[in-house]
This record gives sequence, C-alpha cells and structure tokens, in this order.
Amino acid sequence: MFSYYLELALRSLKRSPGLTLLMVLAIGFGVSASMTTYSVFRAVSGDPIPWKSSQLFVPQIDMWGPDGRSADGEPPNALDYVDAVALMRDHRAKLQSASYRIAPPVQVPGSRRHPISVSGHAVYSEFFPMLDVPFQYGSGWAVDADTNQAAVVVISGKLNQEMFDGKNSVGKTLDIHGKDYQVVGVLAKWDPQPRFYDVVDTGGFDTNSDDVFIPFTRAIAVNLSNAGNTSCNSNPAEPGFVGMQRSTCTWIEYMAELDSAAAVQKYRDYLNGYALAQKNAGRFNWSPNNRLRDVPAFLDSQHVVPSDTKVSLMVALGLLIVCLVNTVGLLLAKFLRRSSEIGVRRALGAPQAAIYAQFLTEAGIVGLAGGVVGLVFTGVGVFSVGLVLPKDIAALAHVNFSLLLLTLVIAVVSAVLAGLYPTFRASRVQPAWQLKSN
Amino acid sequence: MLVLQIKPVLAALKRHKAGTLLIGLQIALTLAIVCNALFIIQQRLTHLSRTTGIVESDLLTVGSEWTSASGAAVEPLVHADLQTLRELPGVQDVGVSYGYPLRGGGWNSGVTIKPDAKQPVAVTWRFFADDHVLTVLGAKLIAGRNFRADEIRAMDSHNLAAPAQLIITKALAEKVYPNQSALGKPLYIGGATAPSTIIGIMDHLQGGSASSWSDAISDYVVLEPKLLTDKSNAYLIRTRPGQLGAVANVARDTLFKANRLRIIPNGEGEGGGVRSFAQVREQAYKNDRGMAIIMSAICAVLLIITAAGIVGLTSFWVSQRRRQIGVRRALGATRHDILGYFLTENFLISLAGVLTGIVLALGLSLWLVAHFETRRLPLPFLLIGVALLLLLGQAATLAPALRASRVSPVEATRAA
Repeated sequence: MFSYYLELALRSLKRSPGLTLLMVLAIGFGVSASMTTYSVFRAVSGDPIPWKSSQLFVPQIDMWGPDGRSADGEPPNALDYVDAVALMRDHRAKLQSASYRIAPPVQVPGSRRHPISVSGHAVYSEFFPMLDVPFQYGSGWAVDADTNQAAVVVISGKLNQEMFDGKNSVGKTLDIHGKDYQVVGVLAKWDPQPRFYDVVDTGGFDTNSDDVFIPFTRAIAVNLSNAGNTSCNSNPAEPGFVGMQRSTCTWIEYMAELDSAAAVQKYRDYLNGYALAQKNAGRFNWSPNNRLRDVPAFLDSQHVVPSDTKVSLMVALGLLIVCLVNTVGLLLAKFLRRSSEIGVRRALGAPQAAIYAQFLTEAGIVGLAGGVVGLVFTGVGVFSVGLVLPKDIAALAHVNFSLLLLTLVIAVVSAVLAGLYPTFRASRVQPAWQLKSN
Repeated sequence: MLVLQIKPVLAALKRHKAGTLLIGLQIALTLAIVCNALFIIQQRLTHLSRTTGIVESDLLTVGSEWTSASGAAVEPLVHADLQTLRELPGVQDVGVSYGYPLRGGGWNSGVTIKPDAKQPVAVTWRFFADDHVLTVLGAKLIAGRNFRADEIRAMDSHNLAAPAQLIITKALAEKVYPNQSALGKPLYIGGATAPSTIIGIMDHLQGGSASSWSDAISDYVVLEPKLLTDKSNAYLIRTRPGQLGAVANVARDTLFKANRLRIIPNGEGEGGGVRSFAQVREQAYKNDRGMAIIMSAICAVLLIITAAGIVGLTSFWVSQRRRQIGVRRALGATRHDILGYFLTENFLISLAGVLTGIVLALGLSLWLVAHFETRRLPLPFLLIGVALLLLLGQAATLAPALRASRVSPVEATRAA
C-alpha cells in the first residue's frame, strides 16, 4: 500500500512543480539555517571532559573584598599566588593543580634554527591524571619533581613533531627559556574546547595549542612570568615578578577533583575555614565569599558560550518556524486543490485513514527532499560561517554524521508535522459535495 | 474604492480562515525576527565604523620579542631595530609601542586626579610609546606637545614607575577635568603615588580592543613615554604611499638578518607578527562583521520565503475562484477592480499580521534585553519592518492578482 501512496505522492508533486519546489526550498533553507547555527552552538557549548566534568571543581576566593567584586557580587575568577600556593600546600582534594600560562622561547639544543615561541602552562604533577591528559610517549612527572623544582617538561605531539620529527623523545633535552629541560612525556592529541582549565586567559576558546607543560614550582623559581591575563585591584607593593607573587593580583587558575557530594561539602567548608583564617589573620577584613563550581557551572558563570552564538541560533530557529508555517499554508493549498480527487477516493470506499496515509506520505517526501537540499545548504552554511566568524570559534564548527542525520530527521519530522493540519482538512472533505459539484 | 471592497473581502476571507491565519502568522513572525535582526545589524555596523583617530593606510605593525635578551640589554637592541627599519626603502618613519588601536588586547589601568582616591575616575588603555609613535600613527595633537626622545624611559613591566609626562585623548581629558583644560594638570595612573603631568592632548585615539567589553573605555587612551623591556612590543611603520606591500614583504627577513635571537609570530590578533593596519582592523572586527553577515543572510532568506509563501497561497486562491472572478467580470467589474480586490485582501491580512508582529517583535526584543545585554528595539526599526512587510505583501500579490485580472468573463459560463 505504501508504494501506491508513494506513487500518488510523486505524481501529485510532479503536477505542480513550482509549488513543490517552493516547499522543498523553504524546508531546505529553514533546516539548514538552523543546523548551521546549531553546529556553531554545539561546538562552543560542548562539555570538554564529559566523563569527569562534574567531579572537577574551580575554587574562587574573594581576596579583593567588596570593592573588587563584580556587580553581581562575584569574587575574581582566578587566584593570587598566595592563596593558590596555600591551597596546594593544604592539599585537601583528591587531586589538584594550580596553573598559569607561560610563553617561553624553545629551541632544540645544538640546532641552528630560530627559536620559536610556544604557548604552555606551568602546572603541578596532579594536573595530568586529574584531567585524564592522554600521553603518546612517557607520562607526567612525579610528585618529587614538584618539590625539587625539577627541569622536566611534557610536550605536545605537535611540538614533538617539530623538534624531534615525531619520534619518542622521552629522555631527550629541550632548551626552554635558555635552560635545558628533560622531556618526560609527549602528549597524544589533546585540544579540549572550551579550554576549561584556562578560561581566564582564553575566554574559553583557543586556536593555539598548549605545547609545553613544566612544573609550576620550577617556573616560579626561574622567574618565568605569567603570559596570560593579570588582574589587579591595587598595584603590587613591590617590584618585579616577586612583587607580583606577593600581591593580590590574580593570574593563577586552580582546579580540584572532588569525587563525591561529601567531598565537595568538605572542600567548601575547608575554603570557608581558609577565608575565615585569613580574616582572623587580618589579611581579609570581610566575611568569606567563596565559590566552588564544577566545570559546566564554571563555564556557564564565565559566559563561555558567546551571546552572539545563542542569538544566531534563536533567530535561525525562528526562521525554521516561519518556514514551517509557510509549508503548512502551501500544503493546505495543494491538498485542498485536490478535493475532487479526495471525494472520488472516499466515495469509492477509501477510509479517512487511507487519506491520512496518502497525504502524510506526500508531506514526508517533501520533507525528505527538503532535507537533502538542506544537507547541501548546511554544508555550504558551515563552510561560509568558517569564513565570517573569528578563527577560534569557526575552527570548532564542523559537519559530521550526527549533524547530517539530524538535518534529515528534523526536515522530515517538521514536514510531517506541517502536513498534519492540511491532511486533517483533506480527510474531512465531503465526498457527496465534491461529486455533486462536479 | 478601497472602502467599498473591504466588506466583500472580509466575507470571502471568512471562508479561508486557515490560509488567512497562516499568512498572517507568517508575516507576524517574519516582522518580529526581521526588525530585531536589522537592529542587530545596525548596531554591529555602527560598532565597526568607529574611527581610530589615526591614518590607517600605509601603516604596518610588526610584533617582535627577544628570546634571551632582557632588562637593560633590550633598549639598544630595539634602537638598532628602529634604525634598521628606518633605512628600508619605502619607509617614512618607525616608532615602537606596547599597545596600539585595535591591537586585540593590552594593558588597562584606572586613573585618578588625587593620589589617595579610592575609586578611579576612569579606566584607560595604556600605550607605552616612544616619541615617534604619535606622528607615525598620524594621531592629531590638539593641545600641548609630543614626547621628546630624552623623555622615553626603558623599564620592566613588573616595575613601572609613574611617568613624568603623559599624552591623553580629549575624551579622557574631558572626563577627568570636566569644564577646564587638562593640560599641565596631574594624573595618577594605575595606583601610582607620584603624579604624571599631562603634556599633550590628542583629538582622538581608539583603545586596544574592539570587543564590546571595552566599549565604555574605548576612547580613554594614555600614551606613556616608556619602552617596556619584557613585553612583546610592536614596531609601527609608516610607509611611503603605495609601499606598504613591499615593506611588509621584507620586514621579517630584514629583522632576522639584523638579529636572529628574536621571535616574530605568525598568528593573528594580539600576538600577531607582521600585520598591515587593514588586517588589524579586519581581525578586530571579524566578530561584528560575521554577525552582521549572518543576520543579513537570515533576513534575506526569511523575506524570500515569506514572499514565496504569499505568492503560492494567493495563486491557489486565484485558481480556486476563477469562476467567481468570471462572474464578477461578466457583471461589469473591470480588470482594475479584480486587481484591487486581491491587493486589498493581501493588505488586510498583512495589516493584521504586522499588528500581531509588532507585539511579537517587542516581546522578542524584551527577551533579548533580559538575556543578552542588548538595548531595546528602537521605534524606527519597527516602522521600517512594518513598511517592508506591507510592501513585500503587495509585491508578492501582484503577479497572481494580475493573472486574476486577466480571467475572462467567459469563465462564468463554464462549469466549476
């Protein structure tokens, strides 16, 4: 029976090619505009570490007091050196790491090539297991490297390719900032977006890869200053990088792994206790105003998803709705034009269900055709968005199988939905009236 | 004529409730989206057409960092670079600065006019510039003087002393010293305890970022006579007219030839290496331009779809009513009457649609204001949207209505 409806539908669609084309294009445009903007939205609103994001927490401490809070009472989004080091020393979470951005020059020892500037982070040893950072060769460094301020480095696969032709370079040395560092690990491809461990410096997205990771304690010891953002509520009292370390300027990111609700509560209590102790010591003269958010909540609080992306998605969904209303109207016109045909079919004994099947099949075919057109437009759309949007966001939007499937499904489902009312009207055509008037 | 036709049109529309409702709804939704999108486009275009206060053509920026030199050792290296670049054919003058308009980030500090003030009078962009920067950029000095070469101090960014002299923008001057001349007056920058004297006032200079977060401070710029020895400075190169490309091609190699212990990045934005100012501008406003393009594309598609929908449904109505049209023609209605009938019909539907649309547009605008820190939709955009959709409706109806007007009176005699 279905093949009969299919044949009827195709014949009917062929009879008015203009109207058919119009409906197909409307659905194609509507679906592809939504899918294009959705591809961008999906890229920027994704969870960068879905299996673990609810166990990773970002502590915020109010070291500036009421003067330095944002309008909604939020404390700074990064830590100053004093608090970050105190939290590391207390070591109350299962795993934790303070980190800051570095951009040292790097050169292979003995080579005559130009040194290159790379981006990286100074971190603690627990950074790697905490964030499940994947390794190609070797591993992160041991805890004693943190305490010894050891000259060890973990490099990205990309830097390994550039410096060591992609071979296992564990044990080799690399000249970083004028000193020799021993390579202990080479990362496999690791480019989480949003860059959840460094929203403060990237705003969420980064086209540059993180190519070197060295021990935090080492970076401080060799005066490798912060290459990311620094925010100060008041000027450092003392000069130099040491003055920066003693100031309340914030430039350090911090992350802690807390595996259970109880652990989270305990850590909250610890942070409160810490802030109270600072108050009692006279360092803060205000009540504790800490935050402890997991990664998704922290990304949300930092407005990582650009509002432009959200507005575009909303507007494109609006476009899809208009296209659907348009399709409802056109299908209505198309179906009711065939009232006499419906009358004949009904008079010959076709039940209402048959009319439903016939016309919904037709709507479904229009939807499928619209979906195919939409696939092409979505491809063009995602490509064009890549040209007009800033690199850090555009680089993330891409076409993949699930997006294509979604395009087709949405096109067919929305066309069938749009066909419901016209079909309902068609099924109520009175055979007697149609036959009489003919 | 119009008045006479309204009654029969309304009576006929009652028999096409669903179609009428659908077109009206489509027009309402389209209006709501289009006028908000137009407003977004206009805001972005206004944003990206702000002036920088400098002469943007024939201007090249070259970011360079030293790999091993630091502290006092940097100053002679920078001076050697400046000399090398000035000797390049096609180069008119070169300055060195940390910070320039639309760079894509930089250094912000609050300023006060008293040393112990708690809250800053304004937050500013700090450009650490030498004595050539003002003229190389082509910024207009409206009072006072430029820095002298002997006033430029080399220092570490972690150890900034308050500069003796400052040049500030007119907007900042009027903000910190309203209703009086700021020239010769003191300014305390970044919590400094020692005052700096304002020795020059520029007509205008735009801050280091085009992002919306810095809109409020984008006109507050301070030039300080300093050379930062630990930051990625940029050489600002004013080329002779038409020589920009030639200089850009050789700048990187020339600098590496002079001293290879440096890094000139390849990237865009803040960390960019060799960039013409046109590229700086393009990268700074990519977001705004992209949003304007996306919104325009969506508007265009929306209007086309809506027009096509009206054409489709009106055509259906015309074909459905051929016999009635024939009867009216046989009874003496002119072609003009038939045309008028369909145009009136569309006008009435469109009118109802835009009235609903106005409510939807304002609702959408309020929702956007509540969620995305935008401004309320101004009335002109609503009016433009209304006019646009009424015209679109009439234009889309014209072709089917003309076809209707050509229906021959003979149709009346044919069976349905």
